[in-house]
Amino acid sequence: MLSRTAENLFWMARYLERAETMARLIEVGARMHLMPDTASGYRSEWESILHASGTYEGFERKYGEMVERNIVSYLFFDRENPSSVASCLSTARENARIVRTALTLPVWDALNSAFQQFKQIQRTPRSDLEIGELTEWTIKQTALVQGTMASTLLRNDGYDFINLGQYLERADNTARLMDVKYYVLLPDAGYVGSGLDNYQWMALLRAMQMHRSFHHAYGGEVTPRKIIDLLILNPQCPRSLMSSIQGATDHLDRLARSYGTATAAQTQVRSLLGELAETQVSDIFEEGLHEFLERFVGDVAEVGSRVSRAYLGGLAA
Amino acid sequence: MGKGIMASEYFNEMYEGGEIRVPYARLESWQRDMPAELRSLKQAEAEALFRRIGITFAVYGEGGDPDRLIPFDMFPRVFTALEWSRLERGIKQRARALNAFLCDVYGSGEIVKAGKIPGRLVYQNEAYEKSVAGIMPPRGVYSHIVGIDLVRTGPDEFFVLEDNCRTPSGVSYMLENREIMMRMFPHLFRQNRIAPVESYPEVLRRTLASVAPTKCEGEPTVVILTPGHFNSAYYEHSFLADLMGVELVEGQDLFVEGDFVWMRTTEGPKKVDVIYRRIDDAFIDPLCFRPDSMLGVPGLMNVYRSGGVAICSAPGAGVADDKAIYTFVPEMVRFYLGEEPILNNVPTWQCAKDDDRGHVLDNLADLVVKEVHGSGGYGMLIGPRASKDELALFRQKIIDAPDNYIAQPTLSLSTCPTFVEEGIAPRHVDLRPYCLVGESVELVPGGLTRVALREGSLVVNSSQGGGVKDTWVLAE
Repeated sequence: MLSRTAENLFWMARYLERAETMARLIEVGARMHLMPDTASGYRSEWESILHASGTYEGFERKYGEMVERNIVSYLFFDRENPSSVASCLSTARENARIVRTALTLPVWDALNSAFQQFKQIQRTPRSDLEIGELTEWTIKQTALVQGTMASTLLRNDGYDFINLGQYLERADNTARLMDVKYYVLLPDAGYVGSGLDNYQWMALLRAMQMHRSFHHAYGGEVTPRKIIDLLILNPQCPRSLMSSIQGATDHLDRLARSYGTATAAQTQVRSLLGELAETQVSDIFEEGLHEFLERFVGDVAEVGSRVSRAYLGGLAA
Repeated sequence: MGKGIMASEYFNEMYEGGEIRVPYARLESWQRDMPAELRSLKQAEAEALFRRIGITFAVYGEGGDPDRLIPFDMFPRVFTALEWSRLERGIKQRARALNAFLCDVYGSGEIVKAGKIPGRLVYQNEAYEKSVAGIMPPRGVYSHIVGIDLVRTGPDEFFVLEDNCRTPSGVSYMLENREIMMRMFPHLFRQNRIAPVESYPEVLRRTLASVAPTKCEGEPTVVILTPGHFNSAYYEHSFLADLMGVELVEGQDLFVEGDFVWMRTTEGPKKVDVIYRRIDDAFIDPLCFRPDSMLGVPGLMNVYRSGGVAICSAPGAGVADDKAIYTFVPEMVRFYLGEEPILNNVPTWQCAKDDDRGHVLDNLADLVVKEVHGSGGYGMLIGPRASKDELALFRQKIIDAPDNYIAQPTLSLSTCPTFVEEGIAPRHVDLRPYCLVGESVELVPGGLTRVALREGSLVVNSSQGGGVKDTWVLAE
């Protein structure tokens, strides 16, 4: 297939996943914000959301003060913020529009309808919009698009590039969502293990719609150790780093098989998978959760650029 | 001249002298029995369908909503098999003559030598591409998709308004209009025997494959070259690529190496044999034409000249649809085919000629004046509807640059019933069928009917408030 087509499919899937993550982040922010007022020494929960999503500086420049309404506007509606739900949806649709021929009608239909509905939402007075509704709407729309992709697309190389984009983005995004915790609790490590700490972990699980699954998988008391195991190492969890890297590996393997050429991206993603398989929660604590996640996000970015070099420039083989 | 300004004087394609004409016989009860609520419901449904499939049209220079829809009118325009068979013969005849002309003027120029067309109009024409002189494209076809714009003024009176030999657009509307009508009113298709148009993409693919260069071995690789997704016709480009099962490429996806053109794929370079380009000559190769073009492929023209790739339409095809050449098309039919033209031209005055110009300036208020190189209804004067200031402005324009203008009588364009606010009313229509020329000359039974939605308006261009209709050809 055309390299440019592959590139657009790859990024369409990434932006779609990113739109969903932004919505989930907003949900985490809103939930943490609902907690009883916290002592000084905390950073604002919303501020931590901005840090984790890499949008802090952009927001600061535009608004300065940490006001919930402005933050939600910036993260959800603002087209000047390249990571807002609005920007992600519109970039995903633009990518899809360019490669309409590589998508089925149901996929285009789902994505385009989401975009048209979004324009409607934008016209609704803000006072009529609950944060919860916005999040729910976004998650539902991305699920619809992903559902049509799973049920109508040919299992060809285009499908591999879509899934590759989705898994790499999800790996990056889950790591960033978890990193919110780091920013919230900084600078006082004394809160680790407190009731407040657990409440925040639960907010994270809820935002990822994993709170019930958590109980099914682990039972008993909610501890950071179990949550970290679930979101990083557990192959049963669909959003864990492990599952995401496994997915990326599968699709890079499929591409290498069908094209008959191994790539550097494949080598790297396999070693990342091997490393995760051997990691224990205690290793992560030892390295430091934040340090571990930061390193992981860097590794995933490197896989992404190797994918670009191997397939998206059109001069391979 | 100037006759037929009152609506009642126009030929109404459905009602003639109080009687319903045969092709529309079954539509009378359909529209009569449709309650107003159902009609607005259906209209909303049609719009939703168009929006969902993403068929939109951006108007150059107008800004506003890039996702604007061309209004779709649900009332179909209908031809009988007999009416169509005459049109078909006329259209194919014209498409053959235009291609013969192109091969001739880039070859030995017999028609000029015979004194049938002034050499100046051909060789000094802006659209004449000197760089392709002497090239004979595969099967002698320069223009593979010929869009011929027709208007009707009476039961048997059809006139060719203009020819489009480069890259006529709009065919996706022909296909989508039909699709939507079939979804919304399936019973109409059971009651009327309507010839299908859905084979168009397949016939187009066969046509393109049939003009692959001789250097191509095996099944040719066909691609559509688009300026990109910001182009107003991008939907159509991607729609056709999809239905033909070929790649939709941009200039950046192609490169020249050795004697061939290649496209960049995830598996490395792949050779391309036939390029259906939807970009203008000036942009296809920055080395040969506009050096600032980012849309084209450097070196493409060299490969084309040496027979490594076919380009459809071939560079230089535009000289055949130039408005100054238009006048001579009937002559081309006689000269190359030895036949009498089946379709007539609209009488045209060339402002470049002294006599004609005198007539035009004396009768400006009754005439339609067009720019020779203009398109899309821009830079046009409709005399009977123009203000004094506009008339004075055009008078001066013609005097300043007579070569740039032609004039035609205000035609009494036929009308077709159209859904309007108050119910049903006659609105003016034209027709663009798409003739395909390759190994054979093919015409799918149908075309794009454009309708001037504003009351009394004669301008059907979508950029000027025009809409579209499904066009039916009834089977015998």
